[in-house]
Amino acid sequence: MASPATATAPSTSHLLKYKNGIHYTLATGLTPLNSKATAAWKNKKRTAKFVAAVMAPPQPQQRSPASTGSVKHAMTMTEKILARAAERSQVSPGENVWVKVDNLMTHDVCGPGTIGIFKKEFGSQAKVWDREKIVIIPDHYIFTSDERANRNVDIIRDFALEQNIKYFYDITDRSDFRANPDYKGVCHIALAQEGHCRPGEVLFGTDSHTCNAGAFGQFASGIGNTDAGFIMGTGKLLVKVPATLRFVMDGEMPHFLLAKDLILQIIGEITVSGATYRAMEFSGSTVKSLTMEDRMTLCNMVVEAGGKNGVVDADQITFDYLEGKTSSSFEALYSDEAARYLQEYRFDVSKLEPLVAKPHSPDNRALARECRHIKIDRVYIGSCTGGKTEDFMAAAKIMISAGQKVKVPTFLVPATQKVWMDLYTLPVPGGNGKTCSQIFEEAGCDTPANPNCGACLGGPRDTYARMNVPQVCVSTTNKNFPGRMGHKEGQIYLASPYTAAASALTGFVTDPREFL
Amino acid sequence: MTTAAINAMKSLSVSTNLMHFPAKTSSKLALPQTQQISRQSLHKNVLNFHLSTPRNNRISTYSVPNPPRAVASQSYDALTEPNKKIFHGKCFVVDDNIDTDQIIPAEYLTLVPSKPDEYEKLGSYAMIGLNAKYGRFIEDDQIKTQYPIVIAGANFGCGSSREHAPVALGAAGVKAVVAEYYARIFFRNSVATGEIYPLESECRVCDECKTGDIVTVEIEGNKLINHTTGKEYVLKPIGDAGPVIDAGGIFEYARRTGMIAAPSS
Repeated sequence: MASPATATAPSTSHLLKYKNGIHYTLATGLTPLNSKATAAWKNKKRTAKFVAAVMAPPQPQQRSPASTGSVKHAMTMTEKILARAAERSQVSPGENVWVKVDNLMTHDVCGPGTIGIFKKEFGSQAKVWDREKIVIIPDHYIFTSDERANRNVDIIRDFALEQNIKYFYDITDRSDFRANPDYKGVCHIALAQEGHCRPGEVLFGTDSHTCNAGAFGQFASGIGNTDAGFIMGTGKLLVKVPATLRFVMDGEMPHFLLAKDLILQIIGEITVSGATYRAMEFSGSTVKSLTMEDRMTLCNMVVEAGGKNGVVDADQITFDYLEGKTSSSFEALYSDEAARYLQEYRFDVSKLEPLVAKPHSPDNRALARECRHIKIDRVYIGSCTGGKTEDFMAAAKIMISAGQKVKVPTFLVPATQKVWMDLYTLPVPGGNGKTCSQIFEEAGCDTPANPNCGACLGGPRDTYARMNVPQVCVSTTNKNFPGRMGHKEGQIYLASPYTAAASALTGFVTDPREFL
Repeated sequence: MTTAAINAMKSLSVSTNLMHFPAKTSSKLALPQTQQISRQSLHKNVLNFHLSTPRNNRISTYSVPNPPRAVASQSYDALTEPNKKIFHGKCFVVDDNIDTDQIIPAEYLTLVPSKPDEYEKLGSYAMIGLNAKYGRFIEDDQIKTQYPIVIAGANFGCGSSREHAPVALGAAGVKAVVAEYYARIFFRNSVATGEIYPLESECRVCDECKTGDIVTVEIEGNKLINHTTGKEYVLKPIGDAGPVIDAGGIFEYARRTGMIAAPSS
């Protein structure tokens, strides 16, 4: 209701969060095309000191190389990537720059709208800027009888044929995904597996989790149909250079913790808007030890904190992963020693515990062990966030350890065809030669389903594992807003694959240490 | 375009293949409502609209037979002075972290916003994912909202990148949103499409206004006036985003400023 006199907002400083005596502050640049960054403030109920913004975003000016001479200031990885893509020697946070796009991705939900805009704005006979730089991946509403959804796949196919798009991962036989040799599945994982993610490049996609690809040390961010239509015709986009938040994670990763727990820790720390308009840079010894799939999980949920993009340094792990996947050359970029960060957060990973994000927000963080009393109705393991091969391996590991059957319906939706294959062919470490699929079957889980986005975002009514009545679900997905998986009153607890598997075995939200 | 696609564009009926859920459901997504909407859309006056830029009176490139008429059910004062960018009418108030799944649930994303009839349908579902405590944004038998102004708290439009979110709001008849601040993709999409003005307030206006209050939003004057309470609020200047939305979105703006050429067909 109405509050008494409104407080006057300080114009350049504001409080973000008060934690352990550290005052985190942010200056938020709000309008992409605004040359002045305006500071927003949040009215927090805690009393705390106001600290001036650590870095006042500069007034951007178009500085020609001649005027700056050879003097360069240190830049973060994100700034360097955007500078190179904008053919500038340097850029600063807050500047609006036109960048050349290396790859544009779209899928069946946003593709038709993007195509419609492209044709309307550039002409019905217009050609895309580069037929090799657009990747069209049907993955969202595929295995459904919804006529419009099916039509949307037809629309993107027609466009791919008309424009001779090189990378279109088609599906025509919905009754058997294996009958479609080109079909991949979830776009972000397909992009990685097919070698489209390369260090130092600029990738835009019509999906919020495009930031997933930042795991490869590239700038990857989600956009809408109109921006994508613009890129389709011009190969460029106007973007505001984000300031970078640095997350340094050190310490040995406990055996019961996964990358999902790390990112839930961070989002819980800075809230769902803590990284709005920011780049999130992940570094530290723990991050260096993570696999590519772990790094993807980390970067995938950057958008859940409001982040523009997430990045991890490309290293030997990255290059090994890319081996055989791509023949394109790339040049990785790294943050300068003296690069300026808006804020730095440090974590001792050895002290962290398995987490969940309770309904209805990804920042509603809680310890899994403190939610042991929450009775659940189902478990969902899938999506770009938690449906990769290693995610299923982790879940299988818990089930081997337990040697029991699950107590609630447990839905398994592999992200891609390749993941599905891995479930049926790769032996699980410690499983006596058994594959994931065998272990899941013995534990009474549902048979692994068609690879696609599935019920992560609800979808058409007949989507497999959609929540059509109010239930409590532990899920390895990325968002738990009201109605996300279908029913508005459904309750979704976001968790790691370990936690999800443990919860399936007890029928309650469960810390995986009970089985490890 | 395939025959299927052309037929889909011509078709006015809502797909009945969505009906795999039980007949009785407490959710608002039940069949009866959608059937009513398809009947509604058969009325000619409802088909007449401007694609993306109602404010500039720009006729869309999809030609429609009759000039636009106010929808008969309209019971609010909409745009009074388009040139000065002043919007007047009832406001709808929500609070923090209203995400795009609430603004337009995923099951409606099969609607393609660049198709005129589907654009309208998208609008009819705007805010349908909201908690019932906020009240109805669009009445059962309507496809447009009676609230041209939405007032929100922090982080409005967070969640998915779906451009369908600001598009649904614009299609439903929203002219401006006044929030404490926005999630970046939603803000960017609002500007790029030119569908709504995403304005920011200096304080939590959402705590001081109630749904149904009569308000005026002045873009150039940077203010929100609540006539019901008698209070005035300062808004942050829309800045460089303003001319883009005025022009009708990023493409029109880019053409007017010479960044890209006009469409060649």
